[in-house]
Amino acid sequence: MSARGETALWIAQRASAAVLGLCAIVHLAVIIYAVQGGLSAAEILGRTRGNLAWLAFYSIFVLAAAVHAPIGLRAIVIEWLGWRGRSRTGFLVIFAALLGWLGMRAVFAVFL
Amino acid sequence: MKVAVWKGAAQGSFQEFDVPRQPSQTVLDVVTYIQRRLDSSLAYRYACRVGMCGSCAMTVNGVPRWTCRTHVDKVLHNEALRIEPLKNLPIIRDLVTDMSAFFDKWARAKGQFAGSRTKRDAFAPIASSSPERADIDAGIECIGCAVCYSACDVVAWNPDYLGPAALNRAWTLVKDTRDQRTVERLRAVAGDAGVHSCHTHMSCTERCPKRISPTAGIAGLKRAILKSALKGEL
Ligand code: SF4
Ligand code: FES
Repeated sequence: MSARGETALWIAQRASAAVLGLCAIVHLAVIIYAVQGGLSAAEILGRTRGNLAWLAFYSIFVLAAAVHAPIGLRAIVIEWLGWRGRSRTGFLVIFAALLGWLGMRAVFAVFL
Repeated sequence: MKVAVWKGAAQGSFQEFDVPRQPSQTVLDVVTYIQRRLDSSLAYRYACRVGMCGSCAMTVNGVPRWTCRTHVDKVLHNEALRIEPLKNLPIIRDLVTDMSAFFDKWARAKGQFAGSRTKRDAFAPIASSSPERADIDAGIECIGCAVCYSACDVVAWNPDYLGPAALNRAWTLVKDTRDQRTVERLRAVAGDAGVHSCHTHMSCTERCPKRISPTAGIAGLKRAILKSALKGEL
């Protein structure tokens, strides 16, 4: 790939890693805080349904994962399988879309 | 001591020799002893014998080393040595590798200095205290031995990867204020086979006999590439 494309991917991966790091910390901290004293499914849904801040946070989380993982996977398929070219890019785009779709599906399942 | 030496090319086998121990003996002394006394057909390479030319590197007990400056005391394991050619380069014969790919990559990384002054101009002053000069000093003593290249996992996985030495060379030129081809060079090392493939395993830095840290150079190049990309030059 061109120097510019390769650099853009690198920036995207570093930036998404920073976002993921932050999201994971917030995610874990909130879980640990929230489950103290037990938490039922109904209580969870009571907090997440219609909560826009919650929706925004987890949408960013999902988006960052959908950007980050395929770029890392790209390096792995190059090194381990020597897979290059269009078919590889296609595979990674589908993989990214799948991550985004499954992630957002999970987010909306508890938001709506 | 028992010394197993690789004989052959890609296909071949280890041959065992008995070599007497000497005080202050180097691995290169051992190989030379074998070639002069035990097996005159053994092919190996050296020139300076004092750690300057970078031609004597081999894999000794699994680790790439400059053999002329490696004392047997330091690397002997169970009174035995296993000496092989460098990894990640095609073997020509016995301990001699074909280093063309290694040096071609220096050229691909735009490792040539490109100044703007001619011999009629005055010298370009570079203060020895400048931070650029300090960065260059840290990387400039490379002897081109390919120890780092042989130690690099990424080269093993991705044969196109430019490798630590070529990238270190590019870094010293990027820091050279006299050089005129910075953006072109950054472009050359930012592509598919360049700095972004580095996993920061730091085997190069661990093994470099000149104590250079190509890892630091690669990190510097990434920063320079980022800046250049943000400015829209790349
Ligand atoms: S960076 Fe070090 S190990 Fe690599 S070629 Fe130069 S001197 Fe040898
Ligand atoms: S023979 Fe020159 S560096 Fe070893």
